[in-house]
Amino acid sequence: MTLLDVRELGVRFGGVVALDRVSFTVDAGEVVALIGPNGAGKTTLFNVITRVYRPSSGSVLVDGQPVSRMPPHHVVRHGLARTFQNVALFRSMSVLENVIVGDHTRTRSGWLESMIPMPGTVREEAKARTRAMEMIDFVGLGDVAMRPVAALPFGTQKRVELARALVSKPRLLLLDEPAGGISHEEVDATARLLRRIHDELGMTVLLVEHHMAFVMGISDRVVVLDFGRKIAEGSPGEVQRNPAVIEAYLGAA
Amino acid sequence: MLQRIRNSPPRYWLVVVVILFFIGLPTVIGSFQASEWAQVLILAIAIMGLNILVGYSGQISLGHGAFMAIGAYASAILVHKYKMDYLVTIPIAGLLTGMIGFLFGVPALRLSALYLALATFALAVVTPSLIKRPAELTGGVQGIILPPIDPPPLASDAFTAVTGTAMTSDQWIYYVTLAFALVLFWLAWNLVRHRAGRAMRAIRDGEVAAAASGVNIAGYKTLAFGISALYAGIAGSLFGLAVGFVSPDTFPVALSIQLLVGTVVGGLASIPGPLIGAIFAYFLPIESNQWVPTQTWIPSQIASTVEKAGPAVTYGVVLILIMIFAPNGVVGLITAGYARLRRRLRGAADRDSGQMPPDPQTG
Ligand SMILES: Nc1ncnc2c1ncn2[C@@H]1O[C@H](COP(=O)(O)OP(=O)(O)OP(=O)(O)O)[C@@H](O)[C@H]1O
Ligand SMILES: [Mg+2]
Repeated sequence: MTLLDVRELGVRFGGVVALDRVSFTVDAGEVVALIGPNGAGKTTLFNVITRVYRPSSGSVLVDGQPVSRMPPHHVVRHGLARTFQNVALFRSMSVLENVIVGDHTRTRSGWLESMIPMPGTVREEAKARTRAMEMIDFVGLGDVAMRPVAALPFGTQKRVELARALVSKPRLLLLDEPAGGISHEEVDATARLLRRIHDELGMTVLLVEHHMAFVMGISDRVVVLDFGRKIAEGSPGEVQRNPAVIEAYLGAA
Repeated sequence: MLQRIRNSPPRYWLVVVVILFFIGLPTVIGSFQASEWAQVLILAIAIMGLNILVGYSGQISLGHGAFMAIGAYASAILVHKYKMDYLVTIPIAGLLTGMIGFLFGVPALRLSALYLALATFALAVVTPSLIKRPAELTGGVQGIILPPIDPPPLASDAFTAVTGTAMTSDQWIYYVTLAFALVLFWLAWNLVRHRAGRAMRAIRDGEVAAAASGVNIAGYKTLAFGISALYAGIAGSLFGLAVGFVSPDTFPVALSIQLLVGTVVGGLASIPGPLIGAIFAYFLPIESNQWVPTQTWIPSQIASTVEKAGPAVTYGVVLILIMIFAPNGVVGLITAGYARLRRRLRGAADRDSGQMPPDPQTG
């Protein structure tokens, strides 16, 4: 079953063509990696899928529904959650609060209930807290749940972001360089975590990553972008042997 | 229960002490001072409103004095024209101003911070002259004089029992203001730690990430404007009732600046901040105007300029100093000092401070 359907997607920033008629699909249950040299357009593609940008042409369908018709904050309601390449946490908040914000769409209290908390609000708040704590434990950050995120090391912050995305129980999880800028041990831990996210939580994953061992070890399928174009697609083994891919990486290096 | 009270953190005790202090204050100071402290509490309410907007939702307003004016006039007109009970007019004025603020927040969404600053500043500039127009309603340039407010017998008797003197109108207004301030501070405290306030803080910290979490950016931004204006409206209403008089000149542009200075001085995104900011914003110009002429080392030209320009100069200087030396305001200074003291006492550097990652946006 096709969960994400990217069709002929084009994005232009002034004169720069960031994406040029990119098409691919992600089936439910898959782990798909999106790779390509720096500036290939991977983050831009994520930003279009999550409605940060509007495409210049083409479309993105989630479960057959066009994303471009949704306001940005509705994307998560359709089962899409993401992390950011450079980490975009709520800097003034604790780990727990960050993750509770990720639960925003599954809670209801409005401004009046927030200002005058009735028993219902208090109960909802407690439930949101429990769900957030579960996810914080799941990513292994139970010990730092009450800490302000701003003071945590980069690798830990990445996991907070992961928990914030997971708590909304997305069907499709979009991860922008989950292993970028973190230590070797953390990379291995993140790979194990992704396995569990896929196996235990049953989520479909689309991830951007430069770390090749990581990509090859975890993904069912790989899509390769270069200069905004899709140049290859296939199993990790196929893609690694593909001359166009080798050329793109050597050319870029 | 007892256990819980005994284990509550020191700041809860501090809150209790502060509340008791404010309840007891009029029994030990004169009636005039009580009216001054009522002004402080009114400013604190307005500054709390501005703090919700600026500190918690990350928007700016240089025109909150205009919302105070709307609230003050709403109350004054209801009391004067429609002979409504003054206590009833206070929440009505607040809700009306809140609605106007909400509507103002809608076009404000399209503005960048700089243009929002200009637009709100323009609001502060035009409101006094707009108010003059429907003269039969607002009293035009003359304004509206309100009937004096008598303390209700019950409160008056209780006050006499404690102090031995009769309760004045100013003392009664002080207590009305205190009651509103307590409730509004409590509501703000609830707001910022529940879902709606968390959403506002998320937007302030990063709009892209907030939207990706499902937070309706436009909705919460306008909401913050509405709630913020509601606070300013109630403050304005109390202000008119306390002074017994409203006129267009009561709400100059300087008032809006005073509110913003109070917000920054007290500390953005802090609940006690607005109270501290209000104390500064109210007493600072008064004190400095008395202090500057007595200082012989200040060149006489500067001294006379300060006197003529009034609070503006003092505010400007304080604002600059605060932004340089205490970007988190007085409350930030105190909490940082307290944390340092505790660490010193424990004799260990156990708080780790990790590296901060670069640009917290999309990447
Ligand atoms: N908001 C923007 N405005 C203008 N140009 C942009 C914008 N976002 C991306 N670009 C450009 O689009 C191209 C693709 O950028 P993108 O960030 O998607 O690359 P990437 O594949 O994620 O690279 P990296 O591996 O370095 O993260 C680049 O040339 C970049 O400069
Ligand atoms: Mg990128």
